[in-house]
Order: sequence, then C-alpha cells, then structure tokens
Amino acid sequence: MARVTKQERKDGIISVALKLFSEKGFYITTIPDIAEKVGMSVGNFYNYFTSKDILAKELVVYISEYIGAKIKKINESDIATEKKIYEIVSMYFDMADEKPEMIEYFLRVYLSNREVFKEGCEGMICVSAFVTELMIFFDEGVESGDLYDQDFFSAFGLFMGYLGGMVFLFGEKILPDSLSSYKESIAQNIYNALKAR
Amino acid sequence: MHSKQDKKPTLIWFQGLTCNGNTHSFFNLHNLENLLNKFEILYHPSLESTKNIDEITACIFTCDIFIFEGTYDPLMKRNDVLVSEILNYYAKDANYIIAAGTCASFGGMFKASAPERNSGLIFNEADHEGPIIKYKHKVINISGCPIHPEWLGYTLNMVLSKKELEVDKLHRPIELFSNLSHHGCTRNEYFEWKVDSDNFGEKEGCLYYKQGCRAPMTHASCNKILWNEVSSKTRVGTPCFGCTEADFPRQSLYSTKTNMSIPQDMPIGVPKRSYLTLAGIAKTFSIKRLEGKLIDYKKTH
Repeated sequence: MARVTKQERKDGIISVALKLFSEKGFYITTIPDIAEKVGMSVGNFYNYFTSKDILAKELVVYISEYIGAKIKKINESDIATEKKIYEIVSMYFDMADEKPEMIEYFLRVYLSNREVFKEGCEGMICVSAFVTELMIFFDEGVESGDLYDQDFFSAFGLFMGYLGGMVFLFGEKILPDSLSSYKESIAQNIYNALKAR
Repeated sequence: MHSKQDKKPTLIWFQGLTCNGNTHSFFNLHNLENLLNKFEILYHPSLESTKNIDEITACIFTCDIFIFEGTYDPLMKRNDVLVSEILNYYAKDANYIIAAGTCASFGGMFKASAPERNSGLIFNEADHEGPIIKYKHKVINISGCPIHPEWLGYTLNMVLSKKELEVDKLHRPIELFSNLSHHGCTRNEYFEWKVDSDNFGEKEGCLYYKQGCRAPMTHASCNKILWNEVSSKTRVGTPCFGCTEADFPRQSLYSTKTNMSIPQDMPIGVPKRSYLTLAGIAKTFSIKRLEGKLIDYKKTH
C-alpha cells in the first residue's frame, strides 16, 4: 500500500474540516471532531495546523486558490466575455453542487464569523487569488470593449453577490429547480447588467 | 594637451516645428557657458553664432555636430529652403546628429498638427522611419518635453571626449534612459502601500492610481538627475506625463486610465496578475502615518 504523503494528509484534514465546519458551524466543531473523522490523533493534527483559527484561515485561502485557478483558466481561454461569464457561473454552481462544503464554508463561516478572520485575513489577504482573477476578468472585459467601465466593487458585488445569493437559496432548499437550470438565465442577467452601453 | 590652435568641433542647432522649449530648457544648464566654449557655434537661433540663417540654409559648408530641435514637417521651409534638404545636407557629413527633445526624436507634440506627415528624424512615434533614416547610425535621440538640460550636456560632453554612447532601440543613450522616472521618486512608499493622492501639488500620496502618473512606465532619469538640480514633476505633485516615450503626448495626461478601477497600464515588466495580487493585499492595510499630512502626523506622534 502506497504511503500517504504529508500533503495528502493535509488535504484530507482540509476536506473533512470544510465539511464539518459548514455542516455543524465553526464554534461547535472541535479539533478532536476533525481528528477523529480524519483518523488521526489530536496530537498529530497539531503537526499540520497549530490551531483551529489557523486552520480556518487556511481553508479560506484554499478555497480562494481553488476558485481562482478555475477562473484563471476561463480568463485565459479564447472565448468572448459573454461566454466567460457563463463559464464562471457554471463553474461556481457546479462547485456548489459537487463540493457544497466549499461555498457553504465561505458563506457560513468566513463571511459570518469575521472575528475569527480579523487578524491575518484582513481585507483581501486570504481571498486575493480569487479576487485577482475577477479583477483580470473585469479589466480585460472593459479593455476589449465588451463591458461597461464602472467602479470595480459595483461590478464585483453584482456578480458575486448574485451567485452567492443563489447558492444560499439553493442551500436553504428554497429553489424549486436545480442550480444548473439557472446557469443560462443568471449568466445572461449578469452580462446584461455589465455589458458596454 | 590641447593647444590654442586646436580646432573646436563645429555645431549647428537647427529648428523644425518647435516651441523653443528645448532651447530654453538647455539654457538652464548650470555650466552652459563652459560647455558652449568647447564648440564653435556655427548657428543657433538664440545664441551668438558665426554664421547667419542665409549662410546656413545655403548649405555650403559642413558641421561636426548637428542638433535638430522640433518636429520634422516635410513641407516646412526655412528661409525658403525645405527643411528636408537642409537636414539631409548636414546629416551627410556630421559625425553626430542629436535629436533634441521628443518632437525631433519621435514627432511629439507638434506631430499632432499634421499627424499623417510629421515625424521625428528617424522615428515616427515608435516606427523606424523619418527623413534621415539612412544616417540613423549617427542619430542620438534625447527625448523629453522639454529636453533635460543635463542629459544634453552629458551627451555633448561624451561626444567631445569621443566616448562611445550606447543607445537603446529608440536611439536614446542607455546611461540616461535605462532608469524609469519612478526611480528616485520621493513618493515610492505611497506606491508600495497603494496610498493614492487625491490632489495635485501635495507632498503625500502616489500619483499613479488616479492622477495619471506614467513614471513606472517611462524611461527617464528625472528623479535621479533632478531638474535644475533640485526638483522633478513628481516631487512637486504633478504626474509624470511619460514625455520621453515615443507615444507622447497621450490623451488625458492628468488622469489614470482604468478599467473598472484597475489601472490599464502596468509598471514595465510587471504582469498584471502579480501586480493586482500585491496591490490588493497592500491596500488592505491601514497605515495612519501615510493617510494624512506627514507633518501633522509627526506633530502628534
């Protein structure tokens, strides 16, 4: 049997922690809970993350880099801005479907427990990989003449607030249909709101 | 050792379409007289010269150093002689041809009067074309609007001492134009921490984000070799306009072109993704000392 590497162990902790934090909440979930589910001793857990707060921050960075890498791929693809918007929406909704713990963690832990992240995750520090890619997307969209030149946060809020809201409704089981069925209409709405006038 | 009989190099300063700004700027050189005494000034429109405009435009003798100020306009005449004829005549035998200022180097401000035909001596903006392209190996471009007196002084001294002047792709001396005007800017700390300046004329804040500063994209040693030995645009709170580059003048000199609040043009050689990552993080921090007047902060801390 192949030996489990330290990185694989770390990934295992991240995966379990994301699920537990997003399901049970940040404060209720304990390190022994995570260690038990991963199948390691609490003592060994501390070899990977020295505290629950540090783990919490690393999870945000992990999610940001995961989404950032996906958007980067879309940014670098040779497709029109309108199509890129669809691809970003599609990626985000697929992720919410297949890895709901990632978005759930972002919405229910990171955005809801700011006191945990006030030191070391101020502003954009922990989410810069993801935000940078959206900046690149907007910048290139305006430069190509496809998008309307406006304040970054006005556009960012419209785009990500909309997606986050839909995933929240999905998580609350309020949406009558699958997330996938909204991809087309939401991408169209975002494009209509952002396109050059 | 030089004897009194040593012949001084002969120099002609001739003008195309110009505002005389380079002449006036050059006159601020602190050791101008000493430098000029090392040449025989055959002709300069504003200096005592040994020849007059009639003799110069007759094209009957040669010079060692030919300085051209202003944009080249193929239809322009001086004393009823086409400037192109005069240029080509003196360029043929001159050892050095110096384009003084951005107009002569790339077309500059006066190219705008007839953009389809006007140009610099061997460059039309960044395109390698111009009236004396066949003599390009002799041409040194000292761009700037206006020319920095020290840069021309340095170049003339190099020419006098017959030292080799290495030039960049745009024929500007590398020694003077390898720096960016960002180098030596007193606002660098504000650039590092992404603290903007909201107004002109202030000592605090970086001018890159809102005020149109081109210093991180402009090859010039303005903040290393100060103007009049004391100052520079950015030091007094005016953005660098990028006046030494071939695309000068750009539009909207006093505002930064942004796409959704993101600067369109990046510091030279810096990938936008890397810049935005750093900028996003740097902007996160609130550094009280950099937020207001430095003097006020000092008084209270």
